[in-house]
Amino acid sequence: MNELAIQARGLSKDFGDLRAVDSLDLDVPRGQIYGFLGPNGSGKSTTIRMLCGLLKPSEGSADVLGIHVPGNTNDLKPRIGYMTQKFSLFGDMTVQENLQFIAEIYSFPVRERGARIEELMDKYDLVPQKKQLAGTMSGGQKQRLALACAVLHHPELLLLDEPTSAVDPQSRRDFWANLFRLAEGGTTIMVSTHYMDEAERCHRLAILDEGVKVADGTPRALQASTGMYIVEVTADDPYAAQAAIDELGEVASVTQLGVRLRVLIPEQFHDPVGIVEAALGSRQIAAEVSKTTASLEDVFVAVTMDRTDNPA
Amino acid sequence: MRFFGRTIAIIKKEARQLRRDRLTFGMIVGIPILQILLFGYAINTDVRNLRTAIANESQSDLSRQFIAELGQTQVVNIVGFVSSAAELEDLLRKGEISIGVAIPPDFDRRSVDRNRAAVNLLVDGSDPTIAGIANQLKALPVRFDTAETSEVPGSNVEVRAYYNPERRTPVNIIPGLMGIILTLTMTMFTAVAIVRERERGNLELLINTPVTSAELMVGKVIPYIVIGMIQLALILIVGDLLFEVPVRGSIFDLYLAAGAFIAANLSLGLFISTAAKTQFQAMQVTIFFLLPSILLSGFIFPFDGMPRFAQVLGEMLPTTHFIRLTRGIMLRDAALLELYPELIALGIFAMVMMTAAAMRFTKRLD
Repeated sequence: MNELAIQARGLSKDFGDLRAVDSLDLDVPRGQIYGFLGPNGSGKSTTIRMLCGLLKPSEGSADVLGIHVPGNTNDLKPRIGYMTQKFSLFGDMTVQENLQFIAEIYSFPVRERGARIEELMDKYDLVPQKKQLAGTMSGGQKQRLALACAVLHHPELLLLDEPTSAVDPQSRRDFWANLFRLAEGGTTIMVSTHYMDEAERCHRLAILDEGVKVADGTPRALQASTGMYIVEVTADDPYAAQAAIDELGEVASVTQLGVRLRVLIPEQFHDPVGIVEAALGSRQIAAEVSKTTASLEDVFVAVTMDRTDNPA
Repeated sequence: MRFFGRTIAIIKKEARQLRRDRLTFGMIVGIPILQILLFGYAINTDVRNLRTAIANESQSDLSRQFIAELGQTQVVNIVGFVSSAAELEDLLRKGEISIGVAIPPDFDRRSVDRNRAAVNLLVDGSDPTIAGIANQLKALPVRFDTAETSEVPGSNVEVRAYYNPERRTPVNIIPGLMGIILTLTMTMFTAVAIVRERERGNLELLINTPVTSAELMVGKVIPYIVIGMIQLALILIVGDLLFEVPVRGSIFDLYLAAGAFIAANLSLGLFISTAAKTQFQAMQVTIFFLLPSILLSGFIFPFDGMPRFAQVLGEMLPTTHFIRLTRGIMLRDAALLELYPELIALGIFAMVMMTAAAMRFTKRLD
């Protein structure tokens, strides 16, 4: 059996003059949580939609669970679960009715239907909302219902399009606990997000920027291979400090986080701490300067910056 | 087996949502009842009590006898007397009267002269219905000289109104109204039902499940066929209770005809739903089809009297054919098979629209 759940080559999608996804290569191993990180409009949803057959690629193709995309995706539908970015279940039906409908649509064995629905409501903490109209539920409850519906038929591959964009942090944590449980059970999960902390939890991730994949690997590998030193500056007057550092030719990027500044300096320059300290010292700006390890956000800044500097 | 399972799942879901959607549910019952009451009571081509003034310059016994007879027809309601024909023209122009009756001074002598009109009728010809009704007055035993026709041939033609001898408007209107109501509700409901799912994002979920386009369409359409049949029953019951509209032919034939007509409208609705992006657009396109269905179908204006171009357009509308079927079956006791060309026309329309809709509806977003 193929070890890859998804293998895409040169996948592209044009909307008129806009190239939403540009020659994307993807290898998603089975049984893993594969993250798709990128800002809004970077082509995450478009890619997921192409992979499940909702959109026809302008160029390129993919192999999803052994089925060629684009092509006849009828055989693919029963094997994948898809969670749309916007809540897409029926707001004027109850939690139980929605689950019942999904079970019928997937031709889930009649005898096991009742038990499966009970099991899902129990697992996803929906028992109190059993008779509640889905449209009147909170963001977190809607999201749990959507996940329950997406996994009802035991799909091999789960495609989640920004599943946590409308829920609070506690619900997000619970949601990820559920995803890990599913992955342990053997489900391959592809999840798009624009939250760095979520991306960090994935087994592997791809970073997308304006339709182009700019990085791909495990979070740890990505953090180790930014090619940048990360220098953290804590100053009483962060504005003045930022102004001083911005003038340095060696600095690739400065980002302010509260009273701290994160400075990215390419690895070709040695002693990054010294460079920054010298700049601040010459202006008599009091600050603590230290080297630190790259976060995913730094990775993200570093890889998206490369593209703007060297337009291909 | 799975086809039926999934189709039934869609039907159940549709019925469930419909039951909770009070507005739509209200429209299913409200539109037919409101329309029947409006059209049944307000539209009346059987005109009576037209406001009339009289200028009697003769003042003879014969002229007074004539005025009394005029009043007895109930077609006119004599609201006043003036002294000259010029004053009648004034009243007519101001819109205070619809008919002016000018009796000349030599009325007695004229009424025995076969070659001269005895009375002048001044009619507000800006409303053709009134002008037409005024012509009925020519049946009175004196010679008229109306504004419309100055030469009145002595007429010996007798009219026998078959199927609706009392010439009651509702008898003519309500079988046609069935077509209009079903066109409006069936087309709009189906068009909106699918576009709404697209707007709410439900469609993106649905097309990612194993459900096929055919299952989705059939499942969406069946609940509305049932609703159409309920509306038909409602119209027949109200039509019978309030307006004594008869069903002279077979009620089974009527339902068969309605089935074909509903199928035609639902496929039109499906087709609209594949083109419209929002519910508002779906409604607009429905209205775009509804207006010609009212005007060109023979519902209000007799089909034979329309210009050729309008007739060709009218033939392309399912409502035209359905109205011929309902009037035939309900009023003339015609059998469905005698009217088979209309049935074939409906079938062709439904098939063309259904094919077009199925071709346009793909399980994709682009």
